[in-house]
Amino acid sequence: MTLVLLGLNHTTASVEVRERLAVPEDRLPAVLASLNGLPEVEEVCALSTCNRVEVILAVETAAGAEEAVRRLLEWQGVEPTLVESALYRLEEAAVARHLFRVASGLDSLVLGEPQILGQVKEAYAAALRARTAGPRLSRLFHTVFRVAKRIRTETGLGAQAVSVGHAAVALARRIFDDLTTKRVLVLGAGEMAEITARHLAASGVRDVTVASRSAERARALAMALGGRTVPYEALAQAVGEADIVVASTGSPTPIVHAGMVADLMRARRQKPLFFIDIAVPRNVDPHVHDLANVYLYDIDDLKAVVEEGRSHRQREAGRAERIVEEEVEAFVRGVRTREVVPTIVALRRRFEAIRRAELARMAAALRDLTPEQRKAVERLTEGMLGKLLHAPTATLKRLAEEAEGSLYADALATLFELERAADAPRRRGAVSESPAEAAPAPIAARRGQTA
Amino acid sequence: MVDRLLFDGTVVLYVLGTGGFLAFLLLDRPKVARAARAITMAGFAVHSASLVARYVGDRVSPTASLLEALSFFAWAIVGASIVFQSRYRMPVLGAFATPLAAMLLLVASTSGGAAPPPSSVPGVWLPIHVGLVFLGDALLALAACAGLMYILQERTLKAKRGGWVTRRFPSLEVLDAVNVRSLTIGFLLLTLGLLSGGVIARFASGAITWWEPTVVFSILTWVLYAVLLHGRVTVGWRGHRAAVLAIAGFVAVLVTLVGVGLFRVGGHTV
Repeated sequence: MTLVLLGLNHTTASVEVRERLAVPEDRLPAVLASLNGLPEVEEVCALSTCNRVEVILAVETAAGAEEAVRRLLEWQGVEPTLVESALYRLEEAAVARHLFRVASGLDSLVLGEPQILGQVKEAYAAALRARTAGPRLSRLFHTVFRVAKRIRTETGLGAQAVSVGHAAVALARRIFDDLTTKRVLVLGAGEMAEITARHLAASGVRDVTVASRSAERARALAMALGGRTVPYEALAQAVGEADIVVASTGSPTPIVHAGMVADLMRARRQKPLFFIDIAVPRNVDPHVHDLANVYLYDIDDLKAVVEEGRSHRQREAGRAERIVEEEVEAFVRGVRTREVVPTIVALRRRFEAIRRAELARMAAALRDLTPEQRKAVERLTEGMLGKLLHAPTATLKRLAEEAEGSLYADALATLFELERAADAPRRRGAVSESPAEAAPAPIAARRGQTA
Repeated sequence: MVDRLLFDGTVVLYVLGTGGFLAFLLLDRPKVARAARAITMAGFAVHSASLVARYVGDRVSPTASLLEALSFFAWAIVGASIVFQSRYRMPVLGAFATPLAAMLLLVASTSGGAAPPPSSVPGVWLPIHVGLVFLGDALLALAACAGLMYILQERTLKAKRGGWVTRRFPSLEVLDAVNVRSLTIGFLLLTLGLLSGGVIARFASGAITWWEPTVVFSILTWVLYAVLLHGRVTVGWRGHRAAVLAIAGFVAVLVTLVGVGLFRVGGHTV
């Protein structure tokens, strides 16, 4: 059985192609189920975001993956010629490497952006719900999540603001501890205001008020954000009661003045106030920033923070790539070790069968033994088997980590006439972490291919 | 000699912990912070053992000499910082408290242990007085650390720079909260400590010697902190001003302690 990943992303395909191939969320279970229905396909998971469409498969033979993609294109009504040049196709270790990079944001349009990990998690959860993710994919994805988390904690790749909204939140977090207890005042009801307010809301802000010249648009935005409106005329009072002010009105002159804020700060006993002025021309007098306990960032300041984050992320990306390579190696070693498990199981079974057969053959001669003596004979023969098998088992497991490990497994299988394929039953939709149960039969499968 | 061994072990661990925390400030690796914290906690354990060994084994209380007093002071700073670090989840506090403790111990180790002066003070009062004053001073030291971090973090925000080091600092709100909390407790302990000092003075000489440098400086320090706390509570001083005053207050504490202690003026050994 082989892991295959087929897909296209923002670097290989234009948005026109990507959007035609994208699988809508409501159709995903049906698509997964039909792909899994293909005879060659054991397990399948699909990742569909605005920047990539990828199908991850565990297939009997590699040809099964081609068939799956052909079917997918057919359902989506996309001519194969359209995507042929954009499609990339990865196998085994390359699948792991690719998913490690995707989940940690190394393959994203915006390097290190954090949303993609959630999208990968959601894709795997969807496959679990559709019962199309089995032991192979489960093991793969759990490794992917662990690696992504490791990169997050060990490098600064994910710690940087990737957009103006993120930068605003990151700055707010350096001023305030718990955003859930803070009040955000949104001045103006434009799209930028909404995006920034949404970022803040996603970071825990619950108390949102909106003030806009257009009461109607203020109401609409307040509804969308789960907040309430305040009259635009009571602007000063509203600023005085807020902790974070997002300003994005179309006013040609500043609407918040330094003198006004200075008075407010006295009244609010110097409680810190953070202005995010994303309006052009600016809504907040720049001198406000000179007041104690008041912080004002305009759109250029926020962009500078993002820019600085970008260069930092690029430096950290190198370290993240090294972690990816390290983890790919560990993944390959793990796969190779598991590959020899069926051989070991078969070997043990074979020896045990011989032992039983020999004991049965000697049953007549052993008939007069006392129960204690019988037990001693059992222990003696079992002990011999255990000792005999210990060295080859341990050595095989050790050698399995090397590329030639499977040669030894093949040699053992030939020498002892082992039947390994039968020991690894096909399991569908069942998630199992036990290596003996979940182990594939790669060597037998490979032989099947050549035969 | 066991206590000397424990003392040296403590110094080594605090210096190592300092190195770890500095590496954390420069490298931004959570693992490094955890390691530095573990080393500091190990140092604290050895330090506690050394104080106990000194007191139980040699009957030398933390009040005996400058060495003893500074060691106890460093111990209190590290202990309080460990509590605050976990309470406010700010490992970076150790990057300020541990070096401070290491420095105090290094100063202490060069001063050597002097014999305690003959004292007419009844047994329990002196340890109470010194213990309260130093516990209070330790918390005021933490307030100064938080104040310093506040000023650095605020400067980064005002300068609109990313701040490579201050990225590891907690938010201004947390730093201000640590400042006010350690200030309040520290001031309370200091007040009680000074009052117990007054009691001692009554016992020892029948009257308080107001003109003694330690007494003068202590009262000046106390007044400074009293003004700061009053400003916080009534006028709403916070943030920058509170941070600066917390640092100024601690400088006064250090002057009182080290300056007066080193030159051994008056009846106070410390």
